[in-house]
Amino acid sequence: MTFLIQQTLLYAVPLMIVALAGVFAERSGIINLALEGIMIFGAFVGVLFVRIMQGSAWVSGAKAANAYGTLQLFELLAMLVAALFGAIFSLLLSFASINLRADQTIGGTALNLMAPALALFFIRLIANQNTLYIDGDGPSWFMIKKAMFGYGRTDKMSWLGETFVNKMYLATYVCILLFVVLSIILYKTRFGLRLRSCGENPQAADSLGINVYRMRYTGTTISGALAGMGGFVYALTTANCTSNGDVAGFGFLALAVMIFGNWKPGNIAGASLLFGLFKCIAAAYSSIDINGDGVYLLKEIGINENVYRMLPYVITLLVLAFTSKSSRAPKAEGIPYDKGQR
Amino acid sequence: MNGNEPFLQRESVKSVLASLLSIVIGLAFGALVVLVVGLTSKDLGAGSAWEGIRLIFGGLFSTGRGPTGLLTWGFNGQSIGNMLFRAMPLIMTGLSVAMAYKTGLFNIGAPGQYLMGTLVSLSVALGIPSGSLPKALIWLLAFCGALLAGALWGAIPGMLKAFLNINEVIACIMTNWIAANFVTWMFSVSSFKNVVENTKSSYIYKTTYGLVDGAYVNGAGVATAKMGLDKVFPGSQVNGGILIAVLFAVGVYVMMEKTTFGYQLKACGSNRHAARYAGISDRRNIVLSMAIAGALSAGGAGLYCLSGNTEFFWSTYQSLPAIGFNGIPVALLAVCNPIGVIFTAIFMSMLSISGLQLTNLTAYNEYITDVIIAVIVYLAAFSLVIKMWLGRRKKAGRANANAAPPPKPQPAAADDKKGGGAQ
Repeated sequence: MTFLIQQTLLYAVPLMIVALAGVFAERSGIINLALEGIMIFGAFVGVLFVRIMQGSAWVSGAKAANAYGTLQLFELLAMLVAALFGAIFSLLLSFASINLRADQTIGGTALNLMAPALALFFIRLIANQNTLYIDGDGPSWFMIKKAMFGYGRTDKMSWLGETFVNKMYLATYVCILLFVVLSIILYKTRFGLRLRSCGENPQAADSLGINVYRMRYTGTTISGALAGMGGFVYALTTANCTSNGDVAGFGFLALAVMIFGNWKPGNIAGASLLFGLFKCIAAAYSSIDINGDGVYLLKEIGINENVYRMLPYVITLLVLAFTSKSSRAPKAEGIPYDKGQR
Repeated sequence: MNGNEPFLQRESVKSVLASLLSIVIGLAFGALVVLVVGLTSKDLGAGSAWEGIRLIFGGLFSTGRGPTGLLTWGFNGQSIGNMLFRAMPLIMTGLSVAMAYKTGLFNIGAPGQYLMGTLVSLSVALGIPSGSLPKALIWLLAFCGALLAGALWGAIPGMLKAFLNINEVIACIMTNWIAANFVTWMFSVSSFKNVVENTKSSYIYKTTYGLVDGAYVNGAGVATAKMGLDKVFPGSQVNGGILIAVLFAVGVYVMMEKTTFGYQLKACGSNRHAARYAGISDRRNIVLSMAIAGALSAGGAGLYCLSGNTEFFWSTYQSLPAIGFNGIPVALLAVCNPIGVIFTAIFMSMLSISGLQLTNLTAYNEYITDVIIAVIVYLAAFSLVIKMWLGRRKKAGRANANAAPPPKPQPAAADDKKGGGAQ
């Protein structure tokens, strides 16, 4: 059970935060199809940052002295860098779709093509192979271990500690916190209301003195920052802090989560937990012992792992099919705003 | 367009100029990246950057390095043949995207349709025992099977769009990943995994393998006829499939431009509601349009897989085939003209050949060509702006040129999304 909860959380949290990234862009009126690309870019930059900083005295000294706090700070710093570069990368989309009124779908596709190409080009130059590794592996640097709290090797933490603290990452909880804070900002503040109005009726928003262009820039930039950070968190928590120009379709899955969650944070959190569970089952279904009685139930049912992997997409399509009449997509998303057309 | 219009003001000329400009900017960006990397890196230098830049522009005519270590240039039959071979599936996926785009649909589902074509063409070609049917018939069955599978797969987002008003982009992305998992699943339980050659069980047999008495024997299977192209371009992979792809391009052109059916499809693309008012069944046409697009993508997979010299890595659930996605730049660069697709597909494959030469001959690698392609797609997103800019620059004294609303290359894009409240 502990394993199942931990793994589900690790898969679900990047999905959740990237789906929220999608919400910020779409609520402001820009379809961000580039989530996948921005994730790839963020993962690459974050891992590269970690790799470069490992050589510095500050970080290597902290590692040698087992200064866990400093290492966790280092992890947060890497997340910040990934977010920063994700935001910068997303400016390409904002510029094309806001200033030049380009087709947002094609612009997003271009970013999705560009990110893996750029990442792989530089990874090959830096590492002479297709995967960028850090010195050692992610868990040994960043994973929270019970030793940090003075527990010995044979000591056991309480069930809660074993499940939610031991062998988890700080990044996961930072993302959850960010998710909550940003959701509140989007729904309970004046800024959030203004942002959402630009995705529903930009003409009306403009007539009330809201700068639609600036709001849309803000929306996509927040979106880019979150997606970049989500990409790094994905690489850190599920890929041992490596980058290979690929996030296994997580960006597109996040898009599915966003639609499944009907563009609302609460539903998105639920949907990402559900999809995270599917991912986790697909990855480890043959070794999951749900209630600890030695019976591998999922293996005995005998459903192919690919079915579990396929399910999130199938469910999303079905949900779309059944709710298409009542779906609450932002009304003005995908339509370039032209001041002259009021 | 009337004949009085100045040459540079013509819509078609502006489109070609915009595409050429995109290509030049894309290549220049690639060259710039190589230059910056070369100049800032300790191991590389200006000399290597210069070599890289020359290879980006002229990699097709590179013949390797001479005895003195300098790059040599000349006719390279192998490179040109391989370029045509790579262009073959790209023409098909490019046609798929272009054709859908002309009918107002963005077919980002080409990778999934391509995978379904891969699944069916390989399964039919490898599943029918050799000797039970003539080889040519097996080939034809496999190819037609691929077309059919792609048509059915493409029709799914088409139907979702037509009947439930679900945005085809989202539906296509979902069906892409469903296809990736489905294909992996089917092949993982199939008997087509290569167990004859060592260490190749993660690949499916080439189609030159045939089922003889329950075992796979190399040489007993099917492969596309070379049609003499291997004599013209010795040492390359090219085969007659490229001619089939070109025929398809001509066929799509005729269908779209010269038939009532094509006109109806385009009418639905321009304005779905107006088309219905004119008595055209918009739902039927959306489904058909996606089905044809799907068939074209899957046909590309059929041609590629049935070549007999390609191997398919079957555990593909984590990635979608690049050939499918590259149909998008091919189509956009050709401004969705089926005949133009032939040339842009060949151009794209020329780039990838240049990339290979870059990997083989210098410290740089082939991914720079993907960067170039991405830049070109990015520019294609606002080709409208480039065209307007060209129009302003080349304005030949026509005062009303600026007053007239700018021509819309993507007639349905905005209108379509406005209607798609239920994404």
